[in-house]
Amino acid sequence: MRPEPPRRIADYSPLAFPAVMLTVFFVVPFGIMVMVSFFRRQQGGFYTPDFVLESYARFLSTFFGGVLSFSLGLAACVALICVIVGFPFTYELARAKRWVQVSWLVALLSVLSLSEVIIGFAWSTLLSRTAGISNLLVWLGMMDKPVALTPNFGAVLTGMVYQAFPYTVLVLYPAMARLDPTLMEAARTLGSHPLKAFLTVVVPALRNTIVATFIMVFVFALGSYLLPQLLGRPQHWTLSVLITDQAVYQSNMPFAAAMAVFLVLVTLSLVGLALLVGRKDAAT
Amino acid sequence: MTDNAKTGIGKTAVTRRTVLAGAAVGTALLSMPSIVRAQDKSLKVGVYGGYFQESFDQHIFPDFTAATGIEVQSISEPTGEAWLVQLSQAAKAKQAPADVSMMSQVAMLKGQAIDLWQPLDPAKIPNVKNLLPQFVNKYPDGRIAGIGAVSWYITLVTNTDVYPEAPTSWTALWDPANKDKLGLLALVSNSFLLEVTAKTFFGGANKLDTEDGILEVMQKLAELKPNVRLWYRDEAQFEQALKSGEIPMGQYYHDVTGLAAADGNPVRSTFPKEGGILDSGCWAISSASTKSAEAHVFIDYMSQPKIQATLSRNVGTAPTVARSVTDLTDDEFASVSSDIAPIIPRYDLYQTKSDWLNQKWTELIVAG
Repeated sequence: MRPEPPRRIADYSPLAFPAVMLTVFFVVPFGIMVMVSFFRRQQGGFYTPDFVLESYARFLSTFFGGVLSFSLGLAACVALICVIVGFPFTYELARAKRWVQVSWLVALLSVLSLSEVIIGFAWSTLLSRTAGISNLLVWLGMMDKPVALTPNFGAVLTGMVYQAFPYTVLVLYPAMARLDPTLMEAARTLGSHPLKAFLTVVVPALRNTIVATFIMVFVFALGSYLLPQLLGRPQHWTLSVLITDQAVYQSNMPFAAAMAVFLVLVTLSLVGLALLVGRKDAAT
Repeated sequence: MTDNAKTGIGKTAVTRRTVLAGAAVGTALLSMPSIVRAQDKSLKVGVYGGYFQESFDQHIFPDFTAATGIEVQSISEPTGEAWLVQLSQAAKAKQAPADVSMMSQVAMLKGQAIDLWQPLDPAKIPNVKNLLPQFVNKYPDGRIAGIGAVSWYITLVTNTDVYPEAPTSWTALWDPANKDKLGLLALVSNSFLLEVTAKTFFGGANKLDTEDGILEVMQKLAELKPNVRLWYRDEAQFEQALKSGEIPMGQYYHDVTGLAAADGNPVRSTFPKEGGILDSGCWAISSASTKSAEAHVFIDYMSQPKIQATLSRNVGTAPTVARSVTDLTDDEFASVSSDIAPIIPRYDLYQTKSDWLNQKWTELIVAG
């Protein structure tokens, strides 16, 4: 059933449409952004076409270095938690009855339909002192008086994991569903404890899927800019928040573009690094 | 009329004569000057989307059209400087998404730097004489760039359940008793907290003349950080938290707080003894607009004391004209303004030092 490999130029024609779309809607805008990042900022005005490095120079400071590392660390935490929770969850889900699977997937898809704004406001209410879950704990007698559970790092993390979790499951699900059940059966027949079999058979078998999922959630979380504002303190603001500030409120497009380019480059190199490590592992 | 003629033709029993008569009436009506003018005279007016736009559509624009025959199409514009960016990009392409726009003072200065605003002719705006001097926005060479549209106060707001006594001074923001209870605006250029700090602790806005002075003010401001629970960009977020008592104190808009209180929410707005922050928006005409004459009529209409009073009553903004020329009662005036001298923001700083200020400010509040 293997399709014929393309031989003539015409065989590549189905690729033309996506290629044009990708060029028009991704490559060109990105190119414009790179271009603007070198323009000269006119304080109190806008910018003039030029080739200067001042926006990049401004970014290279310990302050922005700190914000960048925080953003990367936060995204990595979100991705890690999502994969650690999502992996066993999806494994069980893929083995559950049909109607159980469908109800879970519908629930998760409905979370996807919520905007970041709604998720942010919902969690800030849930974690608030006046209307939040701590009131429930007080009512149950587990706490003396209600407390505010936001804003802090935990609240930001909770909101972002909540938002990214459906993606995690949706990316893991197809691979899980295709996983050969006889692998587990063989391990069990040979006397392995279910947990051990899961960790030593299922996890290594899906290593590439795990890496791919981690990277996807990581990149997704890196772009988050609303939840850190709604659920965090200023020290939890990500680089995306500062990019928005520059672009929308300071109309400093060159600086905003430079920060965005930097973020994209760092992301791409981290993703490349992860893939490279993954390939080396696979080769040995 | 042309519609009538068309349906006439559609009927089978219609005679050629009636069609001709219909067409004649239509032509006659069209050639009447008033109708031609009503079709020609239109104006696209940009106002802040949401509450402002709704209020203007309801209370201001219909009367304006009735009085002048100029149709208004209101355009919802984003706050912040996004609209300035759009206007300037469009002007480069000789387009005007709105002929007249309501612009913030900082946006006015930035627009001046690129000659975005058509200079206004005071002779065509007789009501300009009513305006308080700070509401005539001028280019450095004296040409008029914009005319005050509306002004509003940012004051000290509190939740009445949590604070039975209203605070009297901005110093309440620094009170250690208010730890983790404040909601403040997140940006240096819209919170105007530098001006508040300068007025409250350093005797006035002159402290902000030098960078050293500004840094000193920022140091003082850093002392209130432990009290701040939320640095907000999104107004709805703070408003909600203020109403529920989750974040019971902060700075917010006097007009919106008044409306919330009128709706029965336990909130109040207080003019501190140092004064409320008086911010304002200007009407300005985009250089790409071809409707200069209509725009002047509009700006003149809006500058009438009567209309400013209508705005105060219906929209809750403070008048841009002296109180004495309006017919506002004491209560009406108190609900939108105060006789305490206001803190007027140092808009010039946000233009000449914007990047430096923004950098120092971000470092100030982001640092843990």
